[in-house]
Amino acid sequence: MSNTISIRKGLNIRLVGESTKEIKDIPVSNTVCLSPLDFHGLIPKMLVKEGESVQVGDAVFQDKKNEKIKFVSPTSGTIKQIVRAEKRKIVQIIIESDSKHSCKKFNVKKIADTSREEMLNILLESGIWPSFKQRPLDIVADPSNEPKGIFISSFDSSPLAPDYSFILRDKMEQVQMGLNALNQLAKGKVHLSSRKNSDFTKMQNVIHHNIDGVHPAGNIGTQIHHIDPMNKGEFAWSINIQDVAAIGRLFETGVLDGKKCIAVGGSEIKNPAYYNIHCGSLMSDLLKDNVAGENVRYISGNVLTGDQKNADDYIGFYHNQITAIPEGNEYKFFLTKGWLGLGFDKFSNSRLFPTFLLPKSKKFTLDTNTNGEERAFVVTGELEKVFPFDILPMHLTKAAITNDIDGMENLGIYEVAPEDFALCEYVCTTKINIQDKIRQGLDLIASECM
Amino acid sequence: MKFLEKYLHKMEPHFIKGGKYEKWNPLFETMATFAFTPKLVTNKGSHIRDGVDLKRTMMTVILALIPCLIFGIYNTGHWEMAVSEANRNLPYFDAMGAKFLTGLGIVMPVVIVSYGVGLGIEFLFGMIRGHSLHEGFLVSGMLIPLTMPADVPLWMVGLATAFAVIIGKEIFGGTGMNVVNIALTARAFLFFAYPTSMSGDKVWMSGLGDKMATNPESVDGFSGATALGDLASFMSDKATVAGEVVQSNVAVQNFTGEYTAWESFMGMIPGSIGETSTMACLIGALVLVFTGVGSLRIILSFFAGGFIMGLLLNVIGGNPYLDLPAYYHLIIGGFAFGAIFMATDPVTASQTATGKIIYGFLGGFLAIMIRVLNPAYPEGVFLAILFMNIMAPIIDHYIVQGNINRRLKRLKTV
Repeated sequence: MSNTISIRKGLNIRLVGESTKEIKDIPVSNTVCLSPLDFHGLIPKMLVKEGESVQVGDAVFQDKKNEKIKFVSPTSGTIKQIVRAEKRKIVQIIIESDSKHSCKKFNVKKIADTSREEMLNILLESGIWPSFKQRPLDIVADPSNEPKGIFISSFDSSPLAPDYSFILRDKMEQVQMGLNALNQLAKGKVHLSSRKNSDFTKMQNVIHHNIDGVHPAGNIGTQIHHIDPMNKGEFAWSINIQDVAAIGRLFETGVLDGKKCIAVGGSEIKNPAYYNIHCGSLMSDLLKDNVAGENVRYISGNVLTGDQKNADDYIGFYHNQITAIPEGNEYKFFLTKGWLGLGFDKFSNSRLFPTFLLPKSKKFTLDTNTNGEERAFVVTGELEKVFPFDILPMHLTKAAITNDIDGMENLGIYEVAPEDFALCEYVCTTKINIQDKIRQGLDLIASECM
Repeated sequence: MKFLEKYLHKMEPHFIKGGKYEKWNPLFETMATFAFTPKLVTNKGSHIRDGVDLKRTMMTVILALIPCLIFGIYNTGHWEMAVSEANRNLPYFDAMGAKFLTGLGIVMPVVIVSYGVGLGIEFLFGMIRGHSLHEGFLVSGMLIPLTMPADVPLWMVGLATAFAVIIGKEIFGGTGMNVVNIALTARAFLFFAYPTSMSGDKVWMSGLGDKMATNPESVDGFSGATALGDLASFMSDKATVAGEVVQSNVAVQNFTGEYTAWESFMGMIPGSIGETSTMACLIGALVLVFTGVGSLRIILSFFAGGFIMGLLLNVIGGNPYLDLPAYYHLIIGGFAFGAIFMATDPVTASQTATGKIIYGFLGGFLAIMIRVLNPAYPEGVFLAILFMNIMAPIIDHYIVQGNINRRLKRLKTV
């Protein structure tokens, strides 16, 4: 049983540097990092001190507001440093790896014999829980809520995104086990969205949805909106398909191994490929001798929603790819490469640039220049072209900018996450940081209405 | 261009905070960002951004206005020369060079005054607020001259521009914040403040007013009115044959004989500098619609609204204005210019897709209604658009409310 959802509004940004289909292994980093900043709005309560030794799966900190939610070490070793910023805010917990990778064993039963309550407990205890995100607010899911469904996307449509059907091609059984486990958690309400003909369409115990069309077709927000849109007072959970496989492995082996496979790509990467890594690894391990340019922006995640990092930073908790693109911090003469140039090197959704004349196979090297200064909203109708929701993006953004709580509620803030606005932000003539404005709006909703 | 870039780098420290010309930073920044796309990089959210910016968008509108400007210059030159008796019967396409130069001599000062005054005020506000020039006025500054009669005194252009920029835009917060269209604010200001200089039959040809005052015989029997202004006269003096009262349909026949559809469409008739040629406007429309800068929804629905109103009025009939064929309304006066360049201003138009259709339709509908039913305002287009500018938020309100209601309904059914 499946139905096809066609996403017409959107944009595939065609970038140079797609990862080749080979998976490389790299040795465990000397240090790995767990950062509370990866979890929006989280106030961590430390459970370990500097110098303590931990195993894979040992809790490092917990959520101060909901102490059941634990964040565990992805490696075994000792806590090297707890990095704090102003007002003693915890920024990073750096763990020195002993390269033994000894794992904490969890008590797991057969999936079919595990009740919902037990399932919740094991997911919370094992530290996989933070992988669950909830709508509204786009934060770590609150386990005390009853979700209307668990939504999983088996593909990522964002630029240079990893191909999960390649990464997980020989881990399909683990994925199936993970899905079975989720089915215990939300009986009959597990939604799996896939591309037509992908291997994931054969999975069982889920409601299948075929998704067709351009980015943001792979975004969970788009899928939820077209499958079963969010209303005020409802909750939906989502989880990445690689984490579903990790749940499968947890029930297979009793340990959470803290491993995943990520794509490394972008125009500045010499050999874009896939890598097996430990969660929270050092990015420099992957980028060593692999970066072409000097003036490079390193991004943990994709170019639309990822975090800017230094080469010696660590990969973010939710990220499944690393992208390196050129920085654009240089002047561009207006008639050649600037605002009035022919613009064959620019990728634009607008016909003000000749992108639409170029063949669909052409890929672009884009830098981080904003291509203009910030302005007030002038042009109308351009955000709607890349926003496949029955929501008025400009009106919602304006409501968020003006802290208009009623306006945001009415216009659909409960349905969206900042990432849903990434393409709007990309195409917007004004250069306003729309994702940031939506996040501020969500923060206001969280503090006033939830 | 490395030389210029180096020079900018050298000068930059003087203009940033703490530099000796700190106050002039907006001016410096405007020049620098015109010559070079600045080296700003993304710091939050999406790491890459589309190539479009407001500069390129606005430049496209100016490009779209160039056919109107060039034709306007030529047309102004033609009628200026036609005022003198020697050239009275000169065919339209003769002595093109001379006409173009004559037109240039009349139009360019108006353009220069409009840009000079407008940009000056924008810079002033930029310096007070500490930001560089926002691009909105680049288009307004071109639109204002094109809506002016050829004979307009330059000081009036300056005054109207200053009024429009300050009262129409800057007090609301600048580009993107205005409620009504800037260029039309300037036009409306002059229309109501100096009606004798903005309407009647003396102002559309440069020099005609002076001639009428000093040497009335030389222009005897020569009409300087626009087609719209002239329409009424076909009912009374021009159309009377042997003292009989003429039926309005005969008056219309005479009118369409004098102003043929072809001439009106091409714009070979007197009128405001840039508005006469529907042909030139349509070329501009092509540019705007193809690039996506102008909304096809607004343009089409505006024309549709005007045409339907014209048809309705034809049904009533009874005087030349009511009996004028509906399609004539679309090609005379400022209808096409308003539909394509004024109504599509995204800041003051409706912002929702459905709203744009309603907004455009009502705009066109009202324009012809005012034009025909209120003889005091033969040019109803600018009034209709200004009125719809005010109404646009209400239209949007109902469209947005529809979206909200769909969401609430969904909540109730759950």
